[in-house]
Amino acid sequence: MKTICFYFTLHQPLQLKRYRFFEIGNDHYYYDDYVNEASIRRLTDVCYLPANEALLEMIRNSNGKFKVAFSISGITLEQLEQYAPEVIDSFKALANTGSVEFLAETYAHSLSSIYDEDEFQLQVKKHAQKIEMLFGKKPTTFKNTELIYSDEIGDLVAKSGYKLMLTEGAKHILGWRSPNYLYGHPYNSKLKLMTRNFKLSDDVSFRFSNWSWDQYPLTADKYIRWISEMDTKEEFVSIGMSYAALGDINSAENGIFDFMKALPYHALVNKISFATPSEIAEKSKSTEVITSPYPVSWADEEKDLSAFTGNDLQNEALQKLYSVGERVRLCNDKSLQYDWQNLQSSDHFYYMCTKHFTSGASAHFSPYESPYEAFMNYMNVLSDFLQRVEEQYPSSIDNEELNSLLKTINNQELKINKLENKLNTLKAKETVPIKPTKTPATPREKK
Amino acid sequence: MKALMFGWEFPPHILGGLGTASYGLTKGMSLQPDMEITFVIPKPHGDEDTSFLKIIGANCIPVVWKDNNWDHVNHRIGKLMHPDEYFYYRNHIKYDFRRIETDELGCINFSGVYPNNLLEEISNYEASASVIAHTGNFDIIHSHDWLTYPAGIFAKKISGKPLVIHVHATDFDRSRGNVNPDVYAIEKRGMDEANHIITVSNLTRQTVIEKYHQHPSKVTTVHNAVSPLENAERFKKTPRKDKVVTFLGRITMQKGPEYFVEAAVRVLEKTDGVRFVMAGSGDMMNQMIHLVAKRNIADKFHFTGFLRGDKVHEMLAESDVYVMPSVSEPFGISPLEAMQVGTPSIVSVQSGCAEILNNAIKIDYWDIDAMADAIYSIVKYPAMYKCLHNEGQFEVNTITWEKAGYKVRDIYNKVLGWH
Repeated sequence: MKTICFYFTLHQPLQLKRYRFFEIGNDHYYYDDYVNEASIRRLTDVCYLPANEALLEMIRNSNGKFKVAFSISGITLEQLEQYAPEVIDSFKALANTGSVEFLAETYAHSLSSIYDEDEFQLQVKKHAQKIEMLFGKKPTTFKNTELIYSDEIGDLVAKSGYKLMLTEGAKHILGWRSPNYLYGHPYNSKLKLMTRNFKLSDDVSFRFSNWSWDQYPLTADKYIRWISEMDTKEEFVSIGMSYAALGDINSAENGIFDFMKALPYHALVNKISFATPSEIAEKSKSTEVITSPYPVSWADEEKDLSAFTGNDLQNEALQKLYSVGERVRLCNDKSLQYDWQNLQSSDHFYYMCTKHFTSGASAHFSPYESPYEAFMNYMNVLSDFLQRVEEQYPSSIDNEELNSLLKTINNQELKINKLENKLNTLKAKETVPIKPTKTPATPREKK
Repeated sequence: MKALMFGWEFPPHILGGLGTASYGLTKGMSLQPDMEITFVIPKPHGDEDTSFLKIIGANCIPVVWKDNNWDHVNHRIGKLMHPDEYFYYRNHIKYDFRRIETDELGCINFSGVYPNNLLEEISNYEASASVIAHTGNFDIIHSHDWLTYPAGIFAKKISGKPLVIHVHATDFDRSRGNVNPDVYAIEKRGMDEANHIITVSNLTRQTVIEKYHQHPSKVTTVHNAVSPLENAERFKKTPRKDKVVTFLGRITMQKGPEYFVEAAVRVLEKTDGVRFVMAGSGDMMNQMIHLVAKRNIADKFHFTGFLRGDKVHEMLAESDVYVMPSVSEPFGISPLEAMQVGTPSIVSVQSGCAEILNNAIKIDYWDIDAMADAIYSIVKYPAMYKCLHNEGQFEVNTITWEKAGYKVRDIYNKVLGWH
């Protein structure tokens, strides 16, 4: 019996406002609230709410047999809480059906897995807490930003206690192998890997509305037939895509919701079941080990990091940003930490990608007119941010020194607190026996 | 295919962008094996590069029959044209042009520049064109810019061969809307009579359609390109403490120099170690010097006066940023020249070249904040400079006249019905 494992990713970065260089040092608010609210509201109307409703209906109509997983970045959850709390409620309703799994990822949808190990672990932890707080269950499956994966990252994830990690079924790590099996990590046997079947995923997300595709129109019947015709040994197929595929990339008028709603029936008739990633990890064993010394991702044709770290602009921005990671973590200025988190979203670097000039692909995902404009704006914001970090802790003190200084300050504080407590208790001991005798005495005396 | 082209200037004696574009395009087209180009200009100097095309000086074409012997003709115009050709053309004089003042060879003495009696010179050019047209030794006529439209039209009427006109600029660009009616009339007639109109950018195409009321199907854009710069490495940036931001071109209303000054003010308010240079001359130069003094940035803002030849490339190569804030620019080749020597360019979106450049910063000419921001980021963020430097140089080398030449050829084929 074959199993389909659906998962959807939701991520909306906090878009930066137009920030000119003469604002550096004067203006410390970086976000375009209007644009952010508008895009969340738009996606709520065309995608989040109708799609959630459709999935809820599918789960109910199939008696909970339809299953699905979500990966929602922390930044997106924060924005939803602020601008569209009804979406959070509808995700809670989905969570209550028991057929939905929420995946762990980096809180800021960041590239920290490549640039800053400590930051990565902090963000994963923070995200897991947020998911648990909202949906009542701690995530057990990890999905990295843009499905970025390498052996090193896998090891890191396993050490954080995750047993399953999702990644891209990229040809350069799978080679001749099929994506429809569970794989193992080369040196950390605790971790299983589930690779995305990008062909079947893109059929829905990118080709569904494409009239010039030779398989157009895609029907649930046909789609399920493709899956049932797969090799009998292949037990599952992992289909992951951006949630925007339901309602935004493919509009409701093109019939994407009808397609989705028809899936459970055709699947069950063909004896195909649904499962969440963690259920598959429990049931199946990993067949083989795959190695990926260099990071892969699900971005573009290349399936590597070139869309995020492929040119000089991106490298300079990333290096400048992550050079202060340790310092920002040392401080406890809330607004600084908030900005630090938001500036890490991978989208900011994706907008700086220049390779799209030639390929022409995905250029329209950027709110900027050119990668250079994206870089300019980001660097102005980052310059202001770096100045603020510098003001907190001047760069003349190196990290270790700073750390030890902070430690002494913290320790002193602890010591002071301790001593104060001691003093208080001692004082109390001294005063307690006297007080009860004295206090009741006074009113009596007055009487 | 034989093309008869009418132009006004040709390197090395050029006064504006028209000569450079004529040279580039004809050179690019000459790479097509079956292409034969005859290029007519009013007054050649004899030192033009004729390795890839034939240049005819209109001042060597007899329009009035005069009796001359071979030796005298050879003595007079031998270095520009073979005397046999002179007699060949003399045999094709069909009209009486004795009203025009001619020399003892029966030729018109063109100035070849843009004199005060320009309109007279344009109409005299028609006379020379008629003699060439009567030879009938060509398949298509191609006129470059409005000065040569009347000649092209006359040649078309005489020979019956189709006419393609090439709009390098319109009077709307030159005058910022304050159009000279005589010029407009000549331009309009040229466009009306042409079988097809080539524009150097979509911006110009739009002007041709909207202001000259041409049918869109008759107007095609062929973007200009840039001739490869021989050993570009010889132009080097000398290491210096201050970054140099350059404006280069005629200092006139059309080029938007005042926006450059205002942007400089914005940058200098906030940053040290940047100097601004305004190279070139023009009717607004004194006004700009006053403005710079008034804004109190004269210690960081420099004027070089008119630059010529290699000095232009040297100036561009010495710069860290090149800015072209043109208010209306049909194409604008100088940003491409800056990119050839690796200098990042900022161009206004009101320039035709902005349509084809990816690795340049595009801003509205009036948006001095955006201009200042772009200048700041190129001088302050090394990656920005590096990326624009490398990618820009690479990109500009892919913009070749050969490709433009093939686009023109497609238009010829379409007009002639050759496939």
